[in-house]
Amino acid sequence: MDILGVLRTLASESGFAAFFLADGGWKNLVMIIIAFVLLYLGIVKKFEPLLLCGIAFGCLLSNLSYFVGMGANALYHPEIWSTFLDSTSPYYHSYGYIMREAGLLDFFYIGVKAGIYPSLIFMGVGAMTDFGPLLARPKSLMLGAAAQLGVFIAFFGAVLLGFTGPQAASIGIIGGADGPTAIFLTTKLAPELLGPIAIAAYSYMALIPLIQPPIMKAMTTDKMRKVKMVQAREVSKTEKIVFPIVVATFVILLLPSTAPLIGCLMLGNLFRECGVTDRLSDTAQNALMNIVTIFLATSVGATMVGDSFLQLQTIYIIILGLVAFAISTAGGSTP
Amino acid sequence: MIDLVNISIPNAAGYALLGYLVVFLGLVMLMAVIIIMGKVMHREPKAAPAAAAPAAAPAAAAPVVKAAPAPGSAGDFKLYNTDPRDAAMVMAIVADTLGKPLNELRFISIREVKEDEV
Repeated sequence: MDILGVLRTLASESGFAAFFLADGGWKNLVMIIIAFVLLYLGIVKKFEPLLLCGIAFGCLLSNLSYFVGMGANALYHPEIWSTFLDSTSPYYHSYGYIMREAGLLDFFYIGVKAGIYPSLIFMGVGAMTDFGPLLARPKSLMLGAAAQLGVFIAFFGAVLLGFTGPQAASIGIIGGADGPTAIFLTTKLAPELLGPIAIAAYSYMALIPLIQPPIMKAMTTDKMRKVKMVQAREVSKTEKIVFPIVVATFVILLLPSTAPLIGCLMLGNLFRECGVTDRLSDTAQNALMNIVTIFLATSVGATMVGDSFLQLQTIYIIILGLVAFAISTAGGSTP
Repeated sequence: MIDLVNISIPNAAGYALLGYLVVFLGLVMLMAVIIIMGKVMHREPKAAPAAAAPAAAPAAAAPVVKAAPAPGSAGDFKLYNTDPRDAAMVMAIVADTLGKPLNELRFISIREVKEDEV
């Protein structure tokens, strides 16, 4: 029995050896350090911990198990998703191929790729949201419209920096300050950028208390900030029940591509308001939301593989995301 | 047909401007829908008693009239993620701590604050 040979095989197949032997193995090491930093920010600094812990651990698992050319035991395989998206490949959009080759995190990622998790998150958000103030004062929708300014400026900035149109649109949407929408759009338009865009979107949302106050202060007067927002009128129960039905009908007919997100958002809100589905509303707000958050965060984190994440364009995305976020804040704060 | 993948800079500027206008237009339309919906909903309760009055049928008009709150009551209050039993305990504790009778306090809403929200 060749004990030395067995030990040599064991050593050469280990992740420790892969850091030095695999092509770009050092990038995995860098990503593992980044994962530790994100874990620190989530756990110690409490920056969006419910998401950041999952994202960071997904990143850690992915970079511990996947090395370029040594992906047999990997939990996430970027190359099978590249094949999945390659229109010249025989496995183009073949979920059968994914099921055959996938690791655990690839299976989780199917929910992102198919747009399931962001839609389910929206259902939970709908079940948690009271649209009463909006119904009482519909003009407040214009604040939301103004706050989209950063999306379009970042889109233009991204094109200037050499990103393609779909990539630029995915980067711009970071300014919408909505993680599930950013993920949903990026998986449709530029799935290769999902990792950095998700990280930028959620990081800036976590940093809202640091980013937004100085911008709001600069854009508003002291008197404006002292205005106490009171609900303009009482909103009836019937109005709140009819609202999700009317909005879903109107918006989906107007923009059919928004159907998954708006449909789920309004379904969740109907569960909340109709008064006869309290159990469903409770599930959508709590259990379902928590389960989907685990899958979404872990699978998005898994896309942060060193080989594709450690590129100059990731830095561009982080900077453009901040620009989008800051300008959107300024747009929404402009009197 | 414009190539969206290799989009030129002037086209990108045009798309950004157009996109922003479309967002405004879409939200203005949605705002109009909500305003119309609100007006229709608000008209309904007013129209019902007016229609019922000439018929002089108090029994038919009765369901439309909102019951007056009980003497001393400040009306409904809202519970968010809070069990009514827990809410009753919270109210009793607050009244006890303040040394005021419960019927002199007005609670607007009670919401459970999770540990990570603090």
